This record gives sequence, structure tokens and C-alpha cells, in this order.
Amino acid sequence: MSILINQNSRVMTQGITGKTGQFHTRMCREYANGNHCFVAGVNPRKPGEDFEGIPVFATVKEAKEATSANVSVIYVPPPHAAAAIDEAVDAELDLVICITEGIPVRDMIRTRYKMLGKKTRLIGPNCPGIITPDEIKIGIMPGYIHKKGRIGVVSRSGTLTYEAVAQLMEQGLGQSTCVGIGGDPVNGLKHIDVMQLFNEDDETDAVLMVGEIGGSDEEDCARWIKAHMRKPVVGFIAGVTAPPGKRMGHAGAIISGGKGTAQEKLAVMEECGIKVTRNPAEMGKLLKSTLG
Amino acid sequence: MKIHEYQAKEILRQYGVVTARGIACFSVDEAVSAAQSLGGEVWVVKAQIYAGGRGKGGGVKVARSLEEVRQLASNMLGMRLVTHQTGPDGQTVHRLFIEEGVNIAREYYVGMVVDRGSQRVCLMASAEGGMDIEQVAAQTPEKIHKVYIDPIAGLTDSEALVIAEKIGIPDVSRNEAVALLKNLYQAFDDEDASLVEINPLALTTDHHVLALDAKMNFDDNALFRHSEIVALRDLDEEDPAEIEASRHDLSYIPLDGNIGCLVNGAGLAMATMDIIKLYGGNPANFLDVGGGATAEKVTAAFKLMLKNPKLTAILVNIFGGIMKCDVIAEGLVQAAREVQLTVPLVVRLEGTNVQIGKRILADSGLAVISADNMADAAQKAVNAAAAHGQVAS
Repeated sequence: MSILINQNSRVMTQGITGKTGQFHTRMCREYANGNHCFVAGVNPRKPGEDFEGIPVFATVKEAKEATSANVSVIYVPPPHAAAAIDEAVDAELDLVICITEGIPVRDMIRTRYKMLGKKTRLIGPNCPGIITPDEIKIGIMPGYIHKKGRIGVVSRSGTLTYEAVAQLMEQGLGQSTCVGIGGDPVNGLKHIDVMQLFNEDDETDAVLMVGEIGGSDEEDCARWIKAHMRKPVVGFIAGVTAPPGKRMGHAGAIISGGKGTAQEKLAVMEECGIKVTRNPAEMGKLLKSTLG
Repeated sequence: MKIHEYQAKEILRQYGVVTARGIACFSVDEAVSAAQSLGGEVWVVKAQIYAGGRGKGGGVKVARSLEEVRQLASNMLGMRLVTHQTGPDGQTVHRLFIEEGVNIAREYYVGMVVDRGSQRVCLMASAEGGMDIEQVAAQTPEKIHKVYIDPIAGLTDSEALVIAEKIGIPDVSRNEAVALLKNLYQAFDDEDASLVEINPLALTTDHHVLALDAKMNFDDNALFRHSEIVALRDLDEEDPAEIEASRHDLSYIPLDGNIGCLVNGAGLAMATMDIIKLYGGNPANFLDVGGGATAEKVTAAFKLMLKNPKLTAILVNIFGGIMKCDVIAEGLVQAAREVQLTVPLVVRLEGTNVQIGKRILADSGLAVISADNMADAAQKAVNAAAAHGQVAS
């Protein structure tokens, strides 16, 4: 099963003709079933062309009609990225994964508003993407560090997710799906949404949840876990040492008005029965300890 | 990005937000002639720094004569103003804002921020103006009234009216308050603000409503479409190290510890700071070199960290994905040679081409302390920093 994506997903790349879009489409295509899964590209100025055999269409709608693609990945530059999401939502794709970093919050507020009541799910923006190991990778993570298995991973960060995956691998634990939800304050799926999917997934036995300072998404997720989750969850929150009022790289990683501290998040998670570690080197070990 | 009060008021006035009249000044003489040209008998002399809490810190004073304006201006210009937001060293005052005095009947608080939960802009207002609003929010949250603004409809008349009523603006002044709130939201939205704060919003004795103070922050991601706001940037207000970092597209925040950190990715960079602390050390900075670190970027990062006189060790933690470890290792070797490292360097490499990367470091002849994982790296950095600190002192 896995969540969100599998070998049957059919993917189009919005922004396929840019340097980043080209590079990562190539890498994703080389991974597992990528050659079958990546079927279309979109660039309004280059319809009829192709990228290494992948046909390029003028619009998402045309790409969907011609190839039955149901997922889109976006590498469009920040000024036009929100409009690219809107287009994919209007075309009623199942899932949009927006890798682009640096989209104005105002644009994302409008895009999220327009998505209300629509069927499309959004991952990101400013995220590494999603991988279901040994089946399909949609995003910029290094594929080879992953292996198919039964642990779900959800995280706001990129390289810290790779670190978490490497620690799982050290414990001999493969992953069902790894989801990078991104570091922006206004985004698509949050920890809680991904956790619900993992809860229903037959191929996921336990979940590693990686969070960071800012907002209250981790707390919301923790409360949901306490009430509904049937599988063990372990967590780590980055930023215990972060000073308030400073944006720690990610637009969303900021402690403001005394809210969103790592201590507060860890306390709520513990109250909700999640095993947490304050040591980022022990995420894998802690998860292993929860398995029978 | 932040701007000064007088600049925020200039922008807000363009949207029809009423403020007191005022003139920005850079010298004592300018301050006196500003007061003269404003006229009247009472003026407010306001230090212009980005940090809040200026009033309590002595950066906002009332003058009742031109002589007093001169006196206050000469006291304030060049002073190091310390507030709860500046840190203990304070911030040097280079600019003043001279405003006409206003007869205040009541003070309110109005703010707007992006609310992550609702994914909308949230208008917050309170009858408790002039106070530290974070305290009000913590102690008496029921005194803060909120509206989550529909991004398409904007702030409606009826929403603005309800807020004006709730915070107790008298009937006679409500139309002015409604107009001000709506104009404020328009400014927030059009200018890609991330925060607008009017504290206090004043009701005058003759029943007018005006913004007595103004704070505006902007979404860094949207500055590409606001060159007029970028032009307002005041480098005097920024940390020189952060300015230098932004020039190299590095995300750098100085902290008060002694172990420099160089990491790829914001989450991993925070986690690296955390684990240093956990092992008994203190991080000297947050530094994310990003996904496309080059030798040049790494060199710039080393130079930045080495400017810190407290530095006693550097920890490099790289998880190579698309960025390959051998490229990073070559960058490190080149950077370490160029800057002549004076403190121990602990390096943890993981990910793509890690073995080649480790070999490059080993063959370089540099005194690199190699670490196998994050815990090992943190322990070695803490030990090396302590040993180096003893030798140095």
C-alpha cells in the first residue's frame, strides 16, 4: 500500500525545462519504477517539445488528458509557483508536490483558500518531496539511502529527514513512505494529515515524526495521536537552542510571541504518549525500541 | 524585513491610515527645525530603532519647547538604547522622528499577523493599548479580540465594526476606526507584510482615531516585487555578520556560545546546535549553507565564524544528498587553507560519496578531527572546544 504515492502513480513535472526540474526529473526517473511513472512535463511556452523523451504540454489539463497523470511535482520559480499549484488544483489532480522554496506567504494564503473543497492534496511548498522506497521517488531526496520497509517518516525538514532515515537504516529498518511536508508557515498537508494516512496504511507499523520550532502543528498532531493512533509514534523536535524572534532558515521556523518553542512541543507530545528524544542522534534507536 | 516607525507611517498614510504629523531627522538641528515647521507647543521626540519597547527604554520623550526638543534630540542621537528586544548591548540611535503632540483620551492595541492554523491574516485588537501585548495575551487572552480575514473579501465593514465595538471605541468615532482598520489591512495585503502593529492606536480628546505608533515587517520571500521597500533597508540596524552572510546567500544567526556550526539544511542545523548543547557545549551560531554549497560559500562561512572572538572549535555536519560529500570535502580543504584555521575542526560527513569525501580530508594533511555520526561529532567538538579554550586562556 504505502501512502500518497506508489508504483501506479503517474507524474508530471511543472517546470520541467528549468535546470532544477530537468536534473531532478532525471534522478527520479532513474529511481525504481521512475521510468514508467514520470510521463509528462508542463511549460506553457514549449508545448510539443520533449525532455529526454518525456512529452511537454502547455497546460496541466492537457498533460493530464494526454497521459492520465494524477500527480504533479513543481519546480517553478517562486514568483509563479503558487499559480502553478492553482493550475494543478483546477485540473483536479490527486496530489501536488511543490518543491519550490521562497513562495510569498500572500500567494500561498490565496492558493490554500482556493483549494477549500477541492479534491487535490498539496505537499509543501519548500519541501524535499515524497518517497515510497524501491517503488517511486518524487522529489529531491537521495533515493539510495532508503529501503522498503514498514516505518513511516513525516518531517518538516530536508537533510534532517535524511539523517532520520539513515538512523533507521542503521537499525535495519526500512520505510513504507517518507513525507517531507516542508518548512513554510502556510502549506498543504501537515503532520496530523500524514499521521492519519499512516494510521490507515497496512504497510506501516510505526511512525517517526520530526518537527521543528514555530507554529503548533506538532501539538495538534500529538493530540490527535493520543485520541486515535493505533501505532507507536516517536518524535524529535529541532530547535531547543533556537533564540526567540529569529527565523532559523525555514520561513516557518520562528518562535514568536512566546509560542512554538521546542520545549512546549516536546512536553505536549510526551503528555500525549509519544516517545520523544531530545537527542537527534537517537531517533532510530528510539523507534527500534518501540517495536515488539 | 523590518523598517522604521516613520517609514511604516509613510506607507500607511498612502493607504489612508491617519497618523500624527511628523518629520524624520538625522541631526539635532534638523530636529529643531522639524519641530518648528510642524508648529504647535508640544512635540514627541522618538528614537528610530527597529526594536520595540522604546518608550520604557527612554527612546520616546515629550518636549514642551524648542529648547527641550534640542536637549532631547542631542541626548538621544548616538545613545545606545537598551530595550527588552535589543539585548544588553542596546542599539545605537542614528535617526529621530519628531511628531506633533496629540491629546490622547484612550489607547488601544491593533495588530495583524499571518495565522498558520487558519492560513489567513489575523486581525487582533484589544482595549489594553500601550501595554506589552504579549503579556496581555498570556495573562488575559479574553481581552484580545480576533478576526481571521477572508483573503478574497478582505476585512469587511461589519467585521471591522464588531472589533471597534468590542474594544470600546465610542460611537462617535467608530466610522473612523472602521476606515482605519480596513485601510490597515489593505496596506498589509498589498505590501506583503508579515506583521503590522499599531500600539497604541489613539483616540484623541476631540474623538479622532489615529495610529500613534506603527511597526511593519515584510515577508522576505515577497521582496522581489517591492523594490521600494527594499530601498528602505537600514544596514545600521542589522548585525554586520548577518549582512555579510546574506551577501553570500548563507542563513546565519550569531548566538552566544563558542562552537561554530556549519551545516546543510535548516532542520539539521538546528538539530546540530541542540546536540552540542546536549553534550555540554554551547553553539556559537546557526549556519545553513543550503543545498548548493560551493567551495566559495564554505570559505565565506568559515570566515564569518572565525570573526567571532569567542570561537574555540568548529563543527561541520553535512548530510550529502544531491550535494556530494567529495565536493564539500574539497571545499572544506580549500577554505581551511585559505582562512588559516586557528581552532580545532570536527567534520562529520554522511551521504552521497562519503568515502571519497573522507579520503580527501584524510589526504589533505589538515588537522581534521573526523567523526562517524552526530553524537560522535558533538562529543568531539565539545571536548576539542574545551581543550582549545584552556590553551587559549
